[in-house]
Amino acid sequence: MKIGKDPDGLAELLVKISAYSMILVVFFIFFFLFFEGIKIFNFESVQHFFLGQSWQPTSSNPRFEIASIIIGSLFVTAGALLLSVPVALGCAIYLSEVAPPSLSELLKPVIEILAGIPSVVIGFFGLTVVVPAVASIFGIPSGLTLLSGILVLAIMVLPTIETISEDALRSVPRSYREASAALGATDWETIHKVVLPAAMPGITVAILLGFGRAIGETMVVLMVTGNAAIIPTSVFDPIRTMTATIAAEMGEAPFGSPHYFALFMIAATLFVISFMVNSAANLLIKRGSRYA
Amino acid sequence: MLDRRTTQAVVFSSFLLCVALVVAILFFVLFDIISKGIAMVSWEFLTQPPRNNMREGGILTPMVGTILLSIGAMIAALPVGVLTAIYLSEYAREGRALSLVNSAISNLAGLPSIVFGLFGLAVFVNLFGFGPSLLAGSLTLGLMSLPVIIKTSQEAFASIPFSFREASLALGATKWQTIRHHLLPYAMPGILTGLILGVSRAAGETAPILFTVAAYFLATMPSSVFDQSMALPYHLYILSTQSFNLRATQNVQYGTALVLLSVVLALNSAAIIIRAYFRRKYRW
Repeated sequence: MKIGKDPDGLAELLVKISAYSMILVVFFIFFFLFFEGIKIFNFESVQHFFLGQSWQPTSSNPRFEIASIIIGSLFVTAGALLLSVPVALGCAIYLSEVAPPSLSELLKPVIEILAGIPSVVIGFFGLTVVVPAVASIFGIPSGLTLLSGILVLAIMVLPTIETISEDALRSVPRSYREASAALGATDWETIHKVVLPAAMPGITVAILLGFGRAIGETMVVLMVTGNAAIIPTSVFDPIRTMTATIAAEMGEAPFGSPHYFALFMIAATLFVISFMVNSAANLLIKRGSRYA
Repeated sequence: MLDRRTTQAVVFSSFLLCVALVVAILFFVLFDIISKGIAMVSWEFLTQPPRNNMREGGILTPMVGTILLSIGAMIAALPVGVLTAIYLSEYAREGRALSLVNSAISNLAGLPSIVFGLFGLAVFVNLFGFGPSLLAGSLTLGLMSLPVIIKTSQEAFASIPFSFREASLALGATKWQTIRHHLLPYAMPGILTGLILGVSRAAGETAPILFTVAAYFLATMPSSVFDQSMALPYHLYILSTQSFNLRATQNVQYGTALVLLSVVLALNSAAIIIRAYFRRKYRW
């Protein structure tokens, strides 16, 4: 093919290269994280790394065990979703089913603005407002706790869950609602028994992606959770997440040290979690798109 | 047992309460940062570099860093992003390749930002030997902004009626001529929207730049793409968590937060307005 004389061929080639490079990029990201991370297993056994609780990367007898860090991530994520999902769903149902269109239009930017606030700014708000408030309300010496992390992270993931749920609710065909109303159901009965079940795949996707967003969020948890690598016994204990561990320690981990490799393995673990969450969401979207 | 109407009233009120809660949270966050930051933001604050352990002076150096990083990220991401969008909207056929590309993009969109940061550190900083630099940081941020650019641009192409393509092809134009002269101009507003959203994403993120470019303090502006740079989000993070005297920098912290917030929200609003304007203008 003479490319110089064939702009169409060249264009097709270029767009294909660009598009296929997306697959390569994702593959390379995983490959490099894993390639660096796997070297930690020369220093710590796989079992100890994932199941042990002692994270002492800089002691003279260093230990690289991340169970307490994984648990920290899971707790703060679960807590944030527990608070955020009901509120987000309430908003989504109200805006798509109950509110008059003019009110929905008016309130739409609220969610968009919230979604647009940089995470470091939300983290800063958490640090200067939520953390002191938690400390004084519960009479504890420091507000840098799991609870503060949960509260602030809940604000962070709310727009994700709200937007996707609202889309799911709006994509339920009007005829479903009309059929239910014609049978004498009230609006709430229609929502509860017809619209919500029909939108369930989409709402599940919303919660899944909210989970992915929460477990991957870095700055907020880094700034408000206290960053102690212990398994918390109450919401007033500090915790440390996978993301915050990487962010806080990579700066001091010498290139090519076991500590460096351990942090890459944590990132590879995060990659795998995020990959599984996204694949599950994609599968649900494919199956749930029966109204299209 | 409540009657059906009462149940509905109770349930709907609780939903309204959810909405009110979210509105209240948003206004509280905005009010807190605006009210405490506004006194700080002056011409001097925006045009002076930080002084005296960052307790005084302004935020010029981090602001310039953030602008340079955003520009660099878009130079890296826009061409590939738009070409990929053209593939998805104009060339791709249903099949294995398309579903692989799509799932790669959605995975990229879902990856935690800190993961991009580490990838940037492993590949751009260490493997390619750029060191912590504007170049490494821009490439990392560019990678992270790709999904939003692709998605917005793809929607722009997909929303152009099919008849435009048919008319152009019927007159004997090739596929690329059709795309270049009859689709691209109409997709421009959408691409611009994607570009603005990409800039806003790149300007606001902290985690990807922690190890790829950001510097705690620099007395001078970066003079080449291989220099480290300060950046607004990192500046705010450092000031609010690691300065020697948190009280002494508190005003600067609020000022920085307000400027960062304003920049990002202004960009997002611009994107929304452009989209709304052209949606009304091009109604086919």
